[in-house]
Amino acid sequence: MIRRAHLLLLALAAVVAGGCASVPNPDPSDPLEGFNRSVYRFNDAFDRALAKPVATAYKEVLPDPVRNGVRNFFSNIADLFIGANNLLQGKPEEALTDWGRFAFNTTFGVLGIADWATDMGLDKHNEDFGQTFGRWGAGSGPYIVLPFLGPSDARDSVGTVFDMHFDPVSNHDPVDERNAAILLRVTSQRADLLDASRLLEQAALDPYLFMRDAYLQRRRSLIYDGRPPREE
Amino acid sequence: MFARVDRVLAGIALVTLTGLAGATGADTPPDALVKNVTLDVVGIIKNDKDIQGGDRKKIVGLIEAKVLPHFDFTTMTATAVGLGWRKATPEQKTRLTEEFKTLLVRTYASALAAYSDQRFDFRPLHARPDDTDVTVQVRIIQPGQQPVSIDYGMEKTASGWKAYDVVVGGVSLVANYRTEFGNIVRAEGIDGLIRNLHAKNQSLEQAGEQGKK
Repeated sequence: MIRRAHLLLLALAAVVAGGCASVPNPDPSDPLEGFNRSVYRFNDAFDRALAKPVATAYKEVLPDPVRNGVRNFFSNIADLFIGANNLLQGKPEEALTDWGRFAFNTTFGVLGIADWATDMGLDKHNEDFGQTFGRWGAGSGPYIVLPFLGPSDARDSVGTVFDMHFDPVSNHDPVDERNAAILLRVTSQRADLLDASRLLEQAALDPYLFMRDAYLQRRRSLIYDGRPPREE
Repeated sequence: MFARVDRVLAGIALVTLTGLAGATGADTPPDALVKNVTLDVVGIIKNDKDIQGGDRKKIVGLIEAKVLPHFDFTTMTATAVGLGWRKATPEQKTRLTEEFKTLLVRTYASALAAYSDQRFDFRPLHARPDDTDVTVQVRIIQPGQQPVSIDYGMEKTASGWKAYDVVVGGVSLVANYRTEFGNIVRAEGIDGLIRNLHAKNQSLEQAGEQGKK
């Protein structure tokens, strides 16, 4: 875990150091565009060569119920931590919902493999440390594309370090089980994004810009739980 | 005599129009309109093996017949192009709108092709009866994932309510094109943007045909 956090910080330092490359039409929200674009290309190549083919195979080979079970299992573990973030953001009712989901799905949903809580009307939330910092008033800072992890910004990069530190899967022992679990989770998440990434390729004239602007809009919406104040 | 024929013709026209418009007439409230069109389209997809098998032409035809009439593409294009729009000639505006519409329809077709059994939650409309600009909210509910919100920005026009933006999970489709379009207009002008959009649409067309083989 600690080693991974170091890698992340190293990557960040590299991004900051490389941010000087000049680009046409620089955008104030993206001072690191030159370097971000090279990391984006690297991530895209990695995705095409490995992540996407693996995720595609995963989706083709495993039947829907199995993949739903995998998704639900990891989603259930995440609910604990989503509840903690809701509490940190001063939303105890939402936190109770998250923990209620966890208690219910872990028992009746057999270790979270079935998500009965959603059917009961306990909606799943989307929270992480980046959003918590945003809720506390931290600005996004410059947009950053992280190696392997993709779109982020200065605030969310710090948030990601915290997310990883408190992630029960990343902290699991023994290590080989942990690595297998992380691999499975990443594959499941990438598989869920196959349709979205195809849409991005189709819709965008410049996928880098499209992804960046979508990320910044999306995070802003998430911080305010879907009700952001109107921009000036 | 002619006056009566006129009245009969008007009557036939009225009946035909109402019949065509069906549940989506000009006076249908915006939330009912979104719900009717969504359920109608999803119902057709569910019962159409060709569309489920990825028949592009059929799905685009479905969108053109059922969805397009309820969108205001000129406003969408104007918002996406931003400042450059005012400098465009009427002919450039028409061509831009046409190309952008084609791109959005294709994207929408792919999104629909990915549809599988998600549940819709049509939210109650928060608006006063005399409002002419409202947001219609729909949520897609799926197990193990946060519901995806789809907000339609809609405006009342003489021919019924028309959507001028779609906001998916907090991401406005129209706003998301603004930077891209702005950059191209600055570098290559309005005609450059038309060229770029046209080339993009053509490459998608070719990719679609290759995909079928």
